[in-house]
Amino acid sequence: MIAPINLCRELQKDALSKMIKLRSVSKTFGTTVALHETNLDVPTGDTTVLIGPSGCGKSTILKLIMGLLEPTSGSIEIDAERVSQANILRLRRRIGYVIQEGGLFAHLTARQNVLLMAKHLKEPVERMETRLLELCELTHFPEYALQRYPVELSGGQRQRVSLMRALVLKPSVLLLDEPFGALDPMVRAGLQDELKEIFKRLQQTIMMVTHDMAEAAFFADCIVLLNEGRKVQSGTLEDLRTTPESDFVHEFLGAQRALETI
Amino acid sequence: MKPVFPILLVIAVSCSAQARQIVIASKKFTESYVLGEIAKRTLVNAGFAAELRQGMGGTIILWQALLQGEIWLYPEYTGTIAEEILKRKEPMSTDEMGALLRQRGVGMTEELGFNNTYALVMQRNRAIKLGVHQISNLRTYPDLKVGLTHEFLDRQDGWAPLSARYGLQMRNVRGVEHALGYAALANGSIDLKDAYSTDARITENDLAVLDDDLHFFPQYKAVFLYRLDMDVRAVAALQKLAHTLDQSQMARLNSEAERTKDYALAASLYFDQKPVASSNDFIRKIAGWTLRHLELVAASLLLGIIAGVPLGILASRPGPVSNFILAISGVIQTIPSLALLALLVPLPFFGISPVTAVFALFLYNLLPIIRNTATGLQEIPTAVRESAAGLGLEPNAQLWKVFLPLASRTILAGIKTSAIINVGTATVAALIGVGGLGEPIISGLNLNDYKTILQGAIPAALLALLVQFFFDGLERVFIPKGLRLKQ
Repeated sequence: MIAPINLCRELQKDALSKMIKLRSVSKTFGTTVALHETNLDVPTGDTTVLIGPSGCGKSTILKLIMGLLEPTSGSIEIDAERVSQANILRLRRRIGYVIQEGGLFAHLTARQNVLLMAKHLKEPVERMETRLLELCELTHFPEYALQRYPVELSGGQRQRVSLMRALVLKPSVLLLDEPFGALDPMVRAGLQDELKEIFKRLQQTIMMVTHDMAEAAFFADCIVLLNEGRKVQSGTLEDLRTTPESDFVHEFLGAQRALETI
Repeated sequence: MKPVFPILLVIAVSCSAQARQIVIASKKFTESYVLGEIAKRTLVNAGFAAELRQGMGGTIILWQALLQGEIWLYPEYTGTIAEEILKRKEPMSTDEMGALLRQRGVGMTEELGFNNTYALVMQRNRAIKLGVHQISNLRTYPDLKVGLTHEFLDRQDGWAPLSARYGLQMRNVRGVEHALGYAALANGSIDLKDAYSTDARITENDLAVLDDDLHFFPQYKAVFLYRLDMDVRAVAALQKLAHTLDQSQMARLNSEAERTKDYALAASLYFDQKPVASSNDFIRKIAGWTLRHLELVAASLLLGIIAGVPLGILASRPGPVSNFILAISGVIQTIPSLALLALLVPLPFFGISPVTAVFALFLYNLLPIIRNTATGLQEIPTAVRESAAGLGLEPNAQLWKVFLPLASRTILAGIKTSAIINVGTATVAALIGVGGLGEPIISGLNLNDYKTILQGAIPAALLALLVQFFFDGLERVFIPKGLRLKQ
């Protein structure tokens, strides 16, 4: 099974190598610039991590891609389709979106949260049930907890439900906005390992936002470092380390390392 | 549960369109009640079906109701007709008055006999001590505490022109409800009040009537005003009442009515007959008021929900529309209920009917429902909003599948608040003769009789509690389990 998928991936990479493209995209709120004109390419099948201090514009980029914010200028393409009001609903259904607090719906059980969209689109019940079990297996979520409401779940379990909900429609892109931000360190480390495993199995285009360099290094094929609404440098961790394009890159990496050695 | 509300609405609304019987109305004071009962007995004896709506607001409400055919007749006074209805400053003859009324489609019977004019009264011993026998004597005592009915304070033939005519400069004047005013006079919290010359209280409380030495007060001869399209035989029956009731007899009937709390019984004294067995079934009476009360509350609440929740959804999105909706619903809340009724009654389609009461109550329901719906939706965290949108749900589906269920607790709390306030406010419906638990409360207030007030107030309080329990139960049904669980 694994070999053909890899083969597909290579083929896809050649044909449609960029899943998401941002062209001269900027976002301002009143007089505040959240994102200066930015170009960004997210390669198909890769894990791209956006990193930077808070307020650098990394979450804004995800929200712009999701159409939750409208760009002030520029254009965004997903899978060679330009994002507009007309196609945003359809595009969103092809993207899985996981956010820090999970954003689970308190009035629905774990099962209902995961299946909400599938039911809304009137997917066949049998296929939904099969998919739900697949996802439980994938995310190591105990089946018996599917009947529980969000308040009855642990923080780690809530993030697993949020991930299942994002994956239920087999999206072609997965966007994660600080998925471990609200978790305590032990749970976080465990879930990071699992998530990397999951990413490996999914072989999908993934964009993740974090402020933690170790996390970025752990997941990323490509790291995009942002500061004050501008892209500072992108490349592998090695690129950033060996050829920093500005003092900020050096400082940011240095500060993160200092924290980890304590 | 749901099908019950529309049925109640239909019942509440259809009561205005009952069988064609003669509808008599009375103002909300004892003498008007008694005269109403006398008219009813007279018409029933003449073979007509007649219904009496007791204690409907003031002159303007009744006059409008008469013009619009909501009611067929009601007892009125010549002085009021001249001043308040025809707005004439100069004295006029009865013929002149009749002619002017006829132009508006209204007939006036001949006077019943007695003259119930306004009078100023004081405690007798206090009047003697101060040496006040005539109204002009009051000039010497500008510091006396004066408690006047609101109507007298505002009338064209009321306090202001009286003061001007007599040159009075009383410094201490305030508005006090009529029946309460007698109590205030008895315990000395006021020294002087307005009264009707046939008030039973004047003899009962041993009050001194101040002599109108400058002949300020016009004649207040009692008559019936009726629609000219009323059956001529009914008019003939009423005309037979002319000149059959003098001042002392009327005072006796009033006194009897206040003593027994039974207007039909007092009226029967006029006919010198044994009283017709008045429906003494206490429980049935209270049950009837309560049921009507419940209908008014339910119908207006249903409308409040139908309009309030969508308006609340609009108001949850910040902007000028939201500000406008919240401002208007806030302003409505500040209009006193009696004033709102008085504004609605003259409008076409409304008039003296349950529709008016339901509409007024509906307006009062709006604010809590709108505000809570808006707040409930605004309180939904951004993460949840973005998740719902991020899934690719259409805005409508986001609202129905996610936002409204999440806000359900707050919305239901708003509806509950409205319902409970409504149980209290619905008592004003009695002012326009629509009934409900306000009926015993208002008539008890007029009689200064706590027992009668409690007959309305206790069931109303119990009803409020019941509504509270009902909504507590409803929370278990309508609020999703996931929101009721503790962390």
